[in-house]
Amino acid sequence: MSTLTHGTTPTSQSDTAARPGPAESRRRTSAHLLLSPGVVNGILLVAAFYTLMPVSWLLFAATKNHRDLFATSGFSFGDFNLFANLQRVLTFNDSIYLRWFGNSVLYSVVGSAASTLLCVATGYAFDKYAFRGKEKLFGVVLGGVLVPTTVIQLPMYLLASKAGIVNTYWALLLPALVNPFGVYLARVFSEGYVPNEVLEAARVDGAGELRLFARISLPMLAPGFMTIFLFSFTASWNNFFGALVMLNDDSLYPVNLGLFMWNSVTQQQPEYYSLVITGSLVAVVPLIVAFVCLQRFWRSGLTAGAVK
Amino acid sequence: MALPSARPASRQAMRRRPPAKAPAKAPVKALAKAPAKAPAQAPAPGAARLRRSQRRTAALFIVPFFVLFTVVMVAPIGYALWMSLFQEQSSGLGFGGAQRVFSGLDNYTDALSDDGFRSSFAHIALYCALYIPVMIGGSLALALLVDSALARAKRFFQLALFLPHAIPGLIASIIWIYLYTPGLSPVLDWIGALGGSWDFYRDDHVLASMVNLCAWQWTGYNMVIFYAALQAVPREVIEAAVVDGAGALRTALRIKVPMIASAVVMTVLFTCVGAIQIFTEPKLLNQRGAPAIDTEWSPTLFIWKAGFVRHDYGLAAAASLLLAALGIALSYLVTRLGNRWKAATS
Repeated sequence: MSTLTHGTTPTSQSDTAARPGPAESRRRTSAHLLLSPGVVNGILLVAAFYTLMPVSWLLFAATKNHRDLFATSGFSFGDFNLFANLQRVLTFNDSIYLRWFGNSVLYSVVGSAASTLLCVATGYAFDKYAFRGKEKLFGVVLGGVLVPTTVIQLPMYLLASKAGIVNTYWALLLPALVNPFGVYLARVFSEGYVPNEVLEAARVDGAGELRLFARISLPMLAPGFMTIFLFSFTASWNNFFGALVMLNDDSLYPVNLGLFMWNSVTQQQPEYYSLVITGSLVAVVPLIVAFVCLQRFWRSGLTAGAVK
Repeated sequence: MALPSARPASRQAMRRRPPAKAPAKAPVKALAKAPAKAPAQAPAPGAARLRRSQRRTAALFIVPFFVLFTVVMVAPIGYALWMSLFQEQSSGLGFGGAQRVFSGLDNYTDALSDDGFRSSFAHIALYCALYIPVMIGGSLALALLVDSALARAKRFFQLALFLPHAIPGLIASIIWIYLYTPGLSPVLDWIGALGGSWDFYRDDHVLASMVNLCAWQWTGYNMVIFYAALQAVPREVIEAAVVDGAGALRTALRIKVPMIASAVVMTVLFTCVGAIQIFTEPKLLNQRGAPAIDTEWSPTLFIWKAGFVRHDYGLAAAASLLLAALGIALSYLVTRLGNRWKAATS
């Protein structure tokens, strides 16, 4: 929290800054002090400390055994037990954690890849082909964007239980396949990245429509594909509510829900603390690596978005 | 939470369109024109075949999505509408099970007059009143600092501040809840070392604890958005202000902030759309025994309890639809405002 109060200090100065007259010289000096390189970078360092501290604490905590977790202070080492903790997480309860991790990968990677392909094909068809009722149908997609998904989770659960897919992989995979916002994005990407003239030229050369899509359009849409994939991957990896509603069988849990269940018994059985902590670390590290590697995509997705 | 993360890309894509298209158009068009014209003179059977095959391809691409869309979105909404019109009534002495009876809009009036449901909206409003100024103010200030000429290591700061967004919300909540727990928490040790004391779970502190948790996750994300918007402010405008004698602070507050106002307002509205759906953070704080966060604290927690604890599906469906209506209204507002700005600025 301290960061935030620091961060807003310049704003609170604006009142003084605006006042004319004798305050003028005071403003100059205070502004000068405030905006020296030391202060600016100091505030940024404090903010970076705030964002990095909890994750670093997790790293420290994952190296401790249960006794040291409580006996030593947060940012010092006790006995080095990282590997013992890792082994315990990975083998606990017949290696259920590995299963959860695999489930998360299945839900997120497979679900998002399939969903992104559907979105790209649909958005591309909306952009490149003429058919009756096109804009009306597209309006339906836009309507789907507006509906908050957590809100329709309960009727979805009841329908899924009627269809008998509650407590199966389909209960999470099926909803993850539908991403109206991705369709909207794909249409816009298709307009931007795939020139109609190229398609016409390829048609003249005798290429069929499917071949056109697979060989010419899809490669041109690759950056758009990655951006949509990344957004839907993050959404599924984060999806806790859906899993909580749809799944009872712990062999189907994603990591999220598994950690939640472990966490819920920590107060009765404190030895679960190190399981939750080390399990969280194992779940977070691949995500951080992915975000650092895929910077280009989320950065361009966020950045250009804000430009006007 | 899906919406806020998705938004920026859309506008990015819109922006991209003209530059991507313009260069491609001119040279290729000349090539494409000749063959396109030839069949126009004689509407050959080839053109009709082409159109037929295009329609078939379009159908092949679109139908799977719409089938799934109907199954996953349209059907549940329709089912919720249907369910919200019925109530369970146990007949006689409760033997023979419950019976579903048509009840019109009773579930809606029940939801709207339910103290738990109403206070869940009050909680969300209070939460927004505290969270939005802190988070938006924080990310705006940080974006201005990173944008200023004085900042070093801009890439590092952007990555470091964005990092919390790579942590799933549930894990972020678990980490902070441990950082709030006496005995485990280094933060409490530091406060103690400074001679203070703090109870993160106390009734009058717990809202701040939740705001901190959410601000940690979203400040850097929005900072990156604002920073990108600031980068697009024409440098001449800033130089002109400096030539006119405006200091860095004045330039930041009087020139830069107004020029990215649309990004700020959009972010605020999307934050509200996310906030009405908040579930994970209060759920975990409640599980941890924070007394002020009850099991109906937020609207989604209320719906969860009505549906999965009390098994009152009619009430839960009505509450879901009321919340969805609010979400749709907010999203609609965001889209309209966004379009107006796009029209005004382009």
